[in-house]
Amino acid sequence: MLRIVINALRTGVVTTRYPAEPSVPPDRFRGAPVLRPGSHLPPAAVCPTGALSERLDAGRRHVALDLARCVFCGRCAEDPWQDAVAIGRDFELAARSRDDLRIEVVADEPVVPAAAPARDPDAEAARASSEIHRVLGRSLHLRHLDAGSCNACDWELSALLNPVYDVRRLGIDFVASPRHADGVVVTGPVTRNLETAVRRTVEAVPEPRVVIAVGACAASGGIVGEGYASAGGVDRVLPVDVYIPGCPPRPEAIIFGILVAIGRLDARRPPREG
Amino acid sequence: MADPDLTDALRAATGGSVEAAVGPRPSDFTLRLGRPSDLPAAAAVLTGPHAMALATVVATDETTTPDGDLKVRYVFEPTSAGASDLFVTLLVSVDPKHPELPSLTRAVPAANWHEREMRDLFGIVPVGHPDPRPLVVHDGWPQGVFPLRKAFDGSRRLPVEPAEEFPHLVAEGEGVFEIPVGPIHAGIIEPGHFRFTSVGETVLHLDARLFYTHRGLEKRMEGLLPLDAFYVAERICGVCSVAHGLGYCEALEQIAGVLAPPRARLIRTIALELERLYNHVGDVGNVCAGAAFHYGTATGARLKERLQQMNERLAGNRFLRGLVVPGGVRLDLPDDLLEALAATLRDTLAGLDGLMGRIEANPSVFDRLDETGVLSHQAAVDLAVAGVAARASGVDRDARRDHPHGAFAGPEAPELRVVTAADGDANARVSVRAMEARESIRLIAELVRRLEPGPLAVALAEPLPGEGIGISAIESPRGEAVHWLRTDAKGRVERYHLRSPSYHNWPAVALAAETAIVPDFPLVNKSFELCYSCTDR
Repeated sequence: MLRIVINALRTGVVTTRYPAEPSVPPDRFRGAPVLRPGSHLPPAAVCPTGALSERLDAGRRHVALDLARCVFCGRCAEDPWQDAVAIGRDFELAARSRDDLRIEVVADEPVVPAAAPARDPDAEAARASSEIHRVLGRSLHLRHLDAGSCNACDWELSALLNPVYDVRRLGIDFVASPRHADGVVVTGPVTRNLETAVRRTVEAVPEPRVVIAVGACAASGGIVGEGYASAGGVDRVLPVDVYIPGCPPRPEAIIFGILVAIGRLDARRPPREG
Repeated sequence: MADPDLTDALRAATGGSVEAAVGPRPSDFTLRLGRPSDLPAAAAVLTGPHAMALATVVATDETTTPDGDLKVRYVFEPTSAGASDLFVTLLVSVDPKHPELPSLTRAVPAANWHEREMRDLFGIVPVGHPDPRPLVVHDGWPQGVFPLRKAFDGSRRLPVEPAEEFPHLVAEGEGVFEIPVGPIHAGIIEPGHFRFTSVGETVLHLDARLFYTHRGLEKRMEGLLPLDAFYVAERICGVCSVAHGLGYCEALEQIAGVLAPPRARLIRTIALELERLYNHVGDVGNVCAGAAFHYGTATGARLKERLQQMNERLAGNRFLRGLVVPGGVRLDLPDDLLEALAATLRDTLAGLDGLMGRIEANPSVFDRLDETGVLSHQAAVDLAVAGVAARASGVDRDARRDHPHGAFAGPEAPELRVVTAADGDANARVSVRAMEARESIRLIAELVRRLEPGPLAVALAEPLPGEGIGISAIESPRGEAVHWLRTDAKGRVERYHLRSPSYHNWPAVALAAETAIVPDFPLVNKSFELCYSCTDR
């Protein structure tokens, strides 16, 4: 017992200060890809998940990237497209709507990024957020719901409880029962074999509740997509409040998303014209 | 060349109706049986006098090819330590009008789930199988629809049909209780349903129902270009990302007839050992959670976190995704990163030794592990159990030595010390895991020393050769995973099948749990530490 105390003291404090202090991922970290307008952008078929799409508008090729689908493999930035796509290190990507995760640029045409779709800036989401904030305060107790993940996102959620991230310091905790929860974090694309369990678990959470889709599969179907055994994303089955891209999102990206869900941080906004 | 003794014995057992051929690899051979009814006799020759075990079973739908049939390949491998790198395939042609073959499950218990899976996904009926229940498809799946048949369009969702409650296998009697657990669990873990039958605290029987995370990934990969399908294979399982990515790549490289360059093979094996290491270290910590030893849990989690941060520095991803690619590796390991890696490994070794010291010196943990969840040697052999669980029950098998891959396949393969234990209890599994983690640290240092400048990858030119078969076996953190890949005439993925180590090990967890009490189940389960996602796919 004494040795345990001595070892613990010798180890010291290992806990990160994020989000009070920014986190800088390592050089090789693959965050959000950045498409350079007006460049030789890769064909959509390069992307293994269909996160890249292209369309012709007034004779110009528009290429769009859906961060919800992106698995951050880096293939679109490999030779010969390394000048057209840069792999950024931005990992704070959580957003309240799928539209906010879509970035479109015009290829073969210098300058301006295409405007993001004009719409009411999240009025409804903001209302939901303020209601959640009013009822739940700044603390959030969540139930994890594995809806058919590959377990990478699950292990990253587990990591939130390790001594380095220790999310309890932020008033966030994971609880055993949906009845004790203010919301759910869902991983996986919602498999057919779990669809009923997912619905029932979420219904067991008292309202108002938040639903956070963690990782590409939950946010969009990801690499799994839609199929005989997969719904292709949580929002095919339930309304989702916050989407956290990543394959898997690193623990700090999940912290960011959870804090966005309770209105303590602002969601990612798509880059806009001007 | 096909072993003449073996082919003669098989001919004798089947009345001569066997065609032997070399393949899929030059060291393997495939025996095509004249009639499905020859299967039990042929399998008995392999599992009996030749002491082989079932490695995987792959069904294929070839109704649209000139053969016009369904085929099932029962793939066997030797079980003795240090046996040659060999797969023996028994190939059975099944008539699609009467899709039946005799079940092997009663004689070869490891065939149990494989045969239930082929019944669910292909509609091939294993006649005489003792368990008529569906395995992969759950309640409400429409009758007579087989998703891995080629005629089935896998891109659509099907309506859920009304269904009876699943008939769990339970014991009944006075004072006998049923305890349902899952599929949604209290902690952050993957989904599965466990139906315990207990008398007091003693577990009488455990019926585990899995495949909740079945995503249809094998169907998803069909028809894709092999280089695209790689990204799916790499994401079948989070904590086996390197192992499964590598297994797919090696199978694909066999078909393409290329070999990854030496430096790439070394980096691949370093990645594989890093994956084993962060898993094993974290798993030792997680066992402590089952014994309410929170210092141990926190220490394991802290050590694992340090390793995963190192992974992110090396590969740009905490699960090492994006390092291995078909043909070689995508990223080099420069000297500054190797120095940081060496420092991380030194600290990990010291931390692990400290943690194991605390576990072994702490009777409240040790007593919980000792003689808990015993898996007998015979059961491990019968179920073809893999990895740590097998070695802790005295089965001396390790795919790094028995089916060399990565740097182990090179001319100067690093020496590997395979760790085994005899007791088969949770304590043995924890000890084996800790020793293997130390061995991984030693191996990584050895592999780094062998790094010579050189190319990182060879190009795989598309289209890839058509109608080729590749088979590979990788020692993942959980044990041997067998990958089987075939391309179609246009060089696209025609069929891919993964038999993960967890697939063979789950039935062993249920057996081991029956030697324990209900409150020890989390401990038993964590001592096996299996994946659901690469079992369910």
